[in-house]
Formats: sequence, C-alpha cells, structure tokens
Amino acid sequence: MIEMLSSLVPDTVAAHAPALLVVVPMITAPIAAMMPNGRIAWFLSLLATAASLLMAVVILSQVRSIEGGAVLSYAMGGWAPPAGIEFRIDGLNAMVLLLVSIIGFLATIFSWPSVKAEIRDAKIAMFYSAYLVCFTGLCGVASTGDAFNLFVFLEISSIATYVLVALGAGQDRRALPAASHYLLLGTIGASLFVVGVGFLYAATGTLNMAELSVMLPQIPNNKAVMAGYAFIVVGLGIKAAMFPLHQWLPNAYAYSPSFVTTFLAATATKVAIYALVRFLFTVFGLEFVFEGSTLIWVLMPMGIAGMVACSFQAVFQTDVRRTLAYSSVAQVGYMLLGISLATAAGVSAGLFHLFNHAIIKGALFMALAGMVLSHQGTSLNDCRGMGRTAPWTMTAFAISGLSLIGVPLTAGFQSKFALVSALLDSGWWWGALIVVFTSVLAVIYMGRILEAVFFKAPVNPNKRRKEAPLMILIPLWILAISNIWIGVQSDFVFGLARDAAAMLILGGPQ
Amino acid sequence: MNGDHHVILRVVAKALIPIIALFGFYVHFHGEYSPGGGFQAGVILAVSIILYSLIFGIAPTMRAVTPGFARAVAAFGFLLYTGVGVVALIRGGNFLDYDALIRDEPGGHLGQHVGIIVIELGVLFAVAGSMVTIFYAFAGRVSEIRDEDW
Repeated sequence: MIEMLSSLVPDTVAAHAPALLVVVPMITAPIAAMMPNGRIAWFLSLLATAASLLMAVVILSQVRSIEGGAVLSYAMGGWAPPAGIEFRIDGLNAMVLLLVSIIGFLATIFSWPSVKAEIRDAKIAMFYSAYLVCFTGLCGVASTGDAFNLFVFLEISSIATYVLVALGAGQDRRALPAASHYLLLGTIGASLFVVGVGFLYAATGTLNMAELSVMLPQIPNNKAVMAGYAFIVVGLGIKAAMFPLHQWLPNAYAYSPSFVTTFLAATATKVAIYALVRFLFTVFGLEFVFEGSTLIWVLMPMGIAGMVACSFQAVFQTDVRRTLAYSSVAQVGYMLLGISLATAAGVSAGLFHLFNHAIIKGALFMALAGMVLSHQGTSLNDCRGMGRTAPWTMTAFAISGLSLIGVPLTAGFQSKFALVSALLDSGWWWGALIVVFTSVLAVIYMGRILEAVFFKAPVNPNKRRKEAPLMILIPLWILAISNIWIGVQSDFVFGLARDAAAMLILGGPQ
Repeated sequence: MNGDHHVILRVVAKALIPIIALFGFYVHFHGEYSPGGGFQAGVILAVSIILYSLIFGIAPTMRAVTPGFARAVAAFGFLLYTGVGVVALIRGGNFLDYDALIRDEPGGHLGQHVGIIVIELGVLFAVAGSMVTIFYAFAGRVSEIRDEDW
C-alpha cells in the first residue's frame, strides 16, 4: 500500500517531500487564519494534513527503498550542509513523521463537531490556524537535522500549543492557569535546551547534528559538552513530561479543548521523546552517554518512578481526563525505561510503545471528546451508563482501554511484551516485575472507568441513545481497529521501530 | 482628550509618528548593508501605531488600524515569507533557494538580493501586525469586574 500511494506522487514532488511535509501546513496556516468562515479553515486543515500524510508515506517508501534504510538529506535554500540547514530523515524520523501525520489527519477529521461545539464561532478560523502551526512545528522537529533549527520548530509548536490550551477557557476557566503554567515550564524547558545547544556550538563550532556526532567524540572530557548534555536532557525532559518534570501535563490535558487534548496526547510528548532519543543516540552517541552509565542512573529511575507514582495518581483521580493524563506520564516512563536499556531490543521496545501509545491515547481522548459533546462532562459520574447510551463510542473506548492495560491481542500487549523481553534479555528481571505491577495499576484505573461505563445505571435513565457524530466515530474506530491490527499483526510497526533502533544502536549507513 | 496640558504631547507625537514609520522602512531597506532588518523594522513600525494610541486613545487607533486588519497584515507577512519559498520550489530550486527566483547570468546574485528583501518584508509585516495585535489584546481588554464591585 505504501508503494502504491507513493507511486502516485510525481518524481519532482517526491524529491521535495521532506520540505513539502512541513511547508504545506505552514503555508496553509496564514491562509486559514484569514478565512471568514470556520468551516473553510477546517477544510483547508484537512487538505494540508492529508498532503503531509501523503508526503510522510512517500518519505517512508524512500527510506525503505534500500536495505538497511536510506538517509534522505534536503538542503534548505540550496545551502549545502553542514553550513546550511539540513532536513535529515532516516528510519527513526520517518516513523515519527508517519505517526504525527496519521494522528494529525485523523484528528482533523474528527475535530469539526468537537471544535464547533467548544470554540466560539468567531475564533474557529484562528483556532485552526494555530493548530496548523503546531502541526508544522511538530513535523519540523521530527525532520530537521540541525540542532538550532530543532529548537525553533520546538518553540513554534509549543507557542501554538499554549494558545490552543488557553482556548479551553470558553468551557472551563481553569484552562487559563493551566496554559500559563504550561507556558512557564515549557519556556524554561526550551531555554535549557537552547543553552545546551549553545554549549555544544561553543565547543564544536557546528550546529549540524550529523557533524556534531562526528566532532563530539574527538573532544572527550570537555566540560562544556558535559554541561550542554545536562541542559539538553533536562530541557527535553520537561517537554517530554519526564517524571518529575511532568507537572504541567495533567492540567493542560484536562482543561484544554477536547480536540487539542487528543492531538497533544498523541503527538507532542512523543515528538519530544524523539528529540531526546536523537540527541542521546545520534548526537552524543552511545559511548558518551552510556560509558559513565549516566543514563542508567537518571533515565531509568525517572522512568520507573514515573510509571509507579503516576499510575498510583491515576487511580485516585475522579475526572477521566485527568486519569488518562496521569496515565500518559506513566507511559512516558515505559518508553524511557526501554530507551535507558541502550540495547537494540530495549530501544525498539521503547519506540514501539511510543507509536502504540499515541494510537491508544488518541482513541481514548477521541471517545472522551464524543462524550463531552453529548454529555457535557468527563467526571467518573458522568460516565455512568455510557455503555448503554453510546455503545459504539464506548466500545472503541473499551478496546483502546484494554490496549492501554496490555491485554493480549492488542497493541499495548505487543509493546509491553517487547519491553519485558528486552528487560529480561538485559537481566533486569525486577524491571520486568515493575512493568507487570504498573500494568496491574492500569487494570485498576481503567477498570474503574470501564465499570462505570458498562455496569452502572445511566445518570438519567430516560435519556435516549446519544452516540457521538459519525465524523468522530469513523476516525475513532480507525484507531481502535488499528490497535487490534497491531496486536495481531505487529510486523509493520514493530519493523519500523526495530529498523530505527538498529540504526541508532548499531549505526546504519551514513 | 480635553485639557490643554496634553497639547505638547499631541503636537510632538503628530510630528514624530510619520518619521518613526519612515525610519522603520529605512531600517528594513538598509538592513542589507547595516544592522537592521525585518524584525527591527516591524517593531519600529508597530511602535508608531502604539504611540498614536497612547496619545490619542485606543478607540481612534482601532478605527484607523482595525484589529482585523492588523491580524491580516500579520498573516500576510507569514504568507509572503513562505510564499517566496514555494515560488523557489516551483521554479525548480529547493525551498527558499533565492537563486532560483530570478535566473541571471552565472555568478550573478540578483535572486539573493530580491529574495532576502522580500522575505524580510514578510518578517516586517508579520512582526508589525503581531505587535499591534498583542497591544490591542491587552489595551482593548475590558475589566471583568466593575470598579464599584471591588
């Protein structure tokens, strides 16, 4: 299917696919902002994200065209790297780009009924413009090969995100403190990151990641490089909601518009984790990061602490959105645990879980958005009896919920299984025990929600069936079915993660 | 705007505002050879409008430069910048490859000159429009609690 789709694209366009993936939503954003009518802006966003998805497919087929994975390099403005800004795409980028653009496209389809109900009419066009800018930024982070350019795209997406979160104020005024809290922490994270990049630039004189990875091993024990490393890990850790730097996340997810929560939960932290992986494995390299075993003493304890602490916190929430938000932080812990193993199996399990979790959380928050539309609330009480009033929405919710727990035949099971086997391979049997333990906690917090949904009497028994609109149901079921598809037939996605990890650990073709 | 004690402010501001706006464009077009460029020029241009509203009030300013117009200018600036990149793409170069904009004899740099001026013009519009929009958002805010209710 990938080859079929990419053969439809003419060669001249395919040659510029890395740029077009970012440029199409970028140029659509100001056009959408000037549209008088929100519906036109929505339609433009749909076209732009569809174009990005197509480009991501083209890029994937180009990367997979040779054995071991090709590396695409695109020189911005015709200035050859390392002096110019380069878009550099290998197996890892291609996977993240595919993920972001799939979620972006499906979320855009689903957004219209939800956004129309939650955002004032006069602001819808601007809302979609901000969303496209955010999407542009995330795609840019996932494709650039320049450390400073990565910072710029990270800020483009973050600033748009603050705006999008704050627009939840129409529904709930608590969105405003949530957005300003997110803005403060996000800005601190970005500043730390750029300070780190500055240190690297001072030590090496280059900003190109590929060249940095060549030059850094030549200057071992350089204090500036070490300081830069610390700044970058902490800065990206804030963006990725690494425990204990995750405090901005639960409120931002709980009070922003439903559509924004769906999109952010599935993409924003994932892209930050991608950036972290890129810096750890490509720029600094295994020797630098792991020889002093710094990563084992930082990433792994943080990952495990996040898994345990935030799963417990998720159990005690009364609002479903907050439960899922804390669960997101816990899932970030799983990814970090896999990555901190620094083996091909561990990193591929982490990346596989990154992909699966995006699909799981995307589906869960989409179902919740449908619930907000018909029932105006997301507390556990509002959920009661939803299984009877909205069976289609809630069945998809349940499938994704089971996948989050890690029930066999779902995507979540596949990635947790990969993680546990990677942990056992490295001899960390107690890590595997913790993964099983936090999965039990996931049974508890998802179980509370599913019990309320399916086994409690509806709040208002006279209420007739109130299903989410078809435009929500279709993307929701696409995601729910892909959960099962990955659970049964994990070759494609796991293959992407394995190729990316093999390239990171063993060093693919340069 | 009664009371004659503002007369000096008003007269001086009226004299200064056109000069400030003109200086903004000077900073833009001279940015190629000296410190300056689109961002600084955009800020200076926006300052001339903000100064007007400080002296003559926010309402007449919003009549002269409507909030919708300011937003449209910001969006247009962004579009202009990206548009240059897309034109370069269509003419066979990479994204933002200014040399592809205008084909001249080998060794010529006409495309680079034109490209940088136009994208900086985009920056000027985007910055000026955004600054005025942000200023309006703060200055045009009506307080949610009336003064008597405090």
